Amino acid sequence: MATLNSRRTSRRYAADAGLLVVAAAFVLPLAWVILSSLDPHADLRVKTPDGITLDNFDAVLEPDITFTPLLNSLILCGGATLLTVVCAALAAYPLSRFRSRLNRPFLLTILFATSLPITAIMVPVYALFVQVDLIDTMQGTIFFFAASQLPFAIWIMKNFMDGVPKELEEAAWTDGASSFQSLLRIVLPLMGPGVAVVTVFSFVMMWGNFFVPFMLLLSPEQMPASVSINDFFGNRGTVIYGQLAAFSIIYSTPVILLYVLIARRLGGGFALGGAVKG
Amino acid sequence: MTAAPPAGPGVVKTPPGPTAPPPAPKTRTARRALVRALPVSPAVVLLVLFLAGPIAYCAYIAFTDLQLTGQAESSFVGFDNFREAFQDDAFLNAVWLTLVFTVLSSLIGQNTLGLALAALMQRASKPVRTLTGGIVITAWVLPEVVAGFLLYAFFRREGTLNAVLDWLHLPSQNWLYTLPILAVSFANVWRGTAFSMLVYSAALNEIPQEITEAAEVDGAGGWRRMWHITLPMIRRSIGTNLMLNTLQTLSVFGLIWVMTRGGPGTRSQTLPLFMYEQAFQKSMIGYGTAVALLLLVVGSLFSLVYMRLLRTEV
Repeated sequence: MATLNSRRTSRRYAADAGLLVVAAAFVLPLAWVILSSLDPHADLRVKTPDGITLDNFDAVLEPDITFTPLLNSLILCGGATLLTVVCAALAAYPLSRFRSRLNRPFLLTILFATSLPITAIMVPVYALFVQVDLIDTMQGTIFFFAASQLPFAIWIMKNFMDGVPKELEEAAWTDGASSFQSLLRIVLPLMGPGVAVVTVFSFVMMWGNFFVPFMLLLSPEQMPASVSINDFFGNRGTVIYGQLAAFSIIYSTPVILLYVLIARRLGGGFALGGAVKG
Repeated sequence: MTAAPPAGPGVVKTPPGPTAPPPAPKTRTARRALVRALPVSPAVVLLVLFLAGPIAYCAYIAFTDLQLTGQAESSFVGFDNFREAFQDDAFLNAVWLTLVFTVLSSLIGQNTLGLALAALMQRASKPVRTLTGGIVITAWVLPEVVAGFLLYAFFRREGTLNAVLDWLHLPSQNWLYTLPILAVSFANVWRGTAFSMLVYSAALNEIPQEITEAAEVDGAGGWRRMWHITLPMIRRSIGTNLMLNTLQTLSVFGLIWVMTRGGPGTRSQTLPLFMYEQAFQKSMIGYGTAVALLLLVVGSLFSLVYMRLLRTEV
């Protein structure tokens, strides 16, 4: 058995080495953004900063550059996430609890819609929004965001809801609770992780989405951070890379924190992508 | 971030609801069914108005000559847009580049690298595993546009990649100019590998320890074990992962837009960027939509295959 053990140890070193090589390649762009944000003379390559400064952060923490776009992002993504989660929870309940001939076709349609390329329908959505006067409105964008996220949200929500035993609810029904009350008081609290996954996933997807607000919003003062970040290029002449890096960090922090939070709670590997069982 | 991965064991089983009630008057049953369906209505309204509506509209204007400006009314032109597309060199170029982009970054890059990382993680020590996982997942969680900027900086002439190559005394070049499609493909690998890694890690963890150990004792080497035992056991995950990766890669817009705007010229203009250019920079909404419809049809086919894969799992 000794040889097997030593073979295992050497294999572990080999695996470690392999992983570290990939990690080194993957970390370079991340190192750039962190080092540049602290560097008074940042350029495009990874280098030790010429002194450490917070001037870049100071320069971008202005209403037009940071606060307004982030607030817009928050309104858009927060509003759309709320709408998504509420609609998905309501829709998942009868699908999970009552038997109906329509359940199966409905769920198959939902599953089909989860993997449609949303990018492809943005041109007709734009044309449609122009005709019904929803173009360049926050509410129009929120509705579209919610609709594009709903198939996935309903699917996950229904699967988690199936895991909540029915007996608990039946007890509540005998006590005279309505379906709505038992959904609110019993089912949803018991599927906390499911609601958390849907909420965080929807929010993160929308926060990072560029194409939807890029197409559906026009006026600069309504733009979320995902679109306004492009102003660092083009409009302002020379690009100040240090400030771009600082803004990138500020804009990315919320989603990274959310991811860490949920990955912790749900236990490492599962997190968001691990939701796929296959 | 990567396309929404639907989860859960099995597809569409009617839930074990309450058994059929004793025969009741027809109107009462109908009314109760209506009340029970009520909570689904907000979702249905949103989906019909904002998802199904645009898809139907897409299918309609793809057959018209709708333009963004000038013309008050559009007219029905049949298959003209599609005929035009297949004779348009720029369109064929976009199809080709989309194919290259998908094969390089999704099928080869994300999928293989993700599997390799997951397999290595099974054997590596915990600190290395956590560190690598953290870095790869961070790349995935970052907003699309930020990832675009980071990789733009990485591949620029003055960027990090050339600095590393100089340091190794290898020839450097202006990647975004000479090999733009390769640069954006690598960017997509950087951004999307975490998803495959997570899918494959989950799949590998479910292989019973005894099986690999038995093979090891029998003297099967690492590669043979991978080929004859591991891969066949996780083939469903491979199918699911390839499908979702491909669907996600087909609709990448922001990443390429930020890095190259589809250029130089049209040398990294994949279908979504081509569609955007036709519809908005050239104001040909009808034509742009026809391209969008083709993309949607291809996406739907993948989606149907994906549903079949999930179904076999039940």
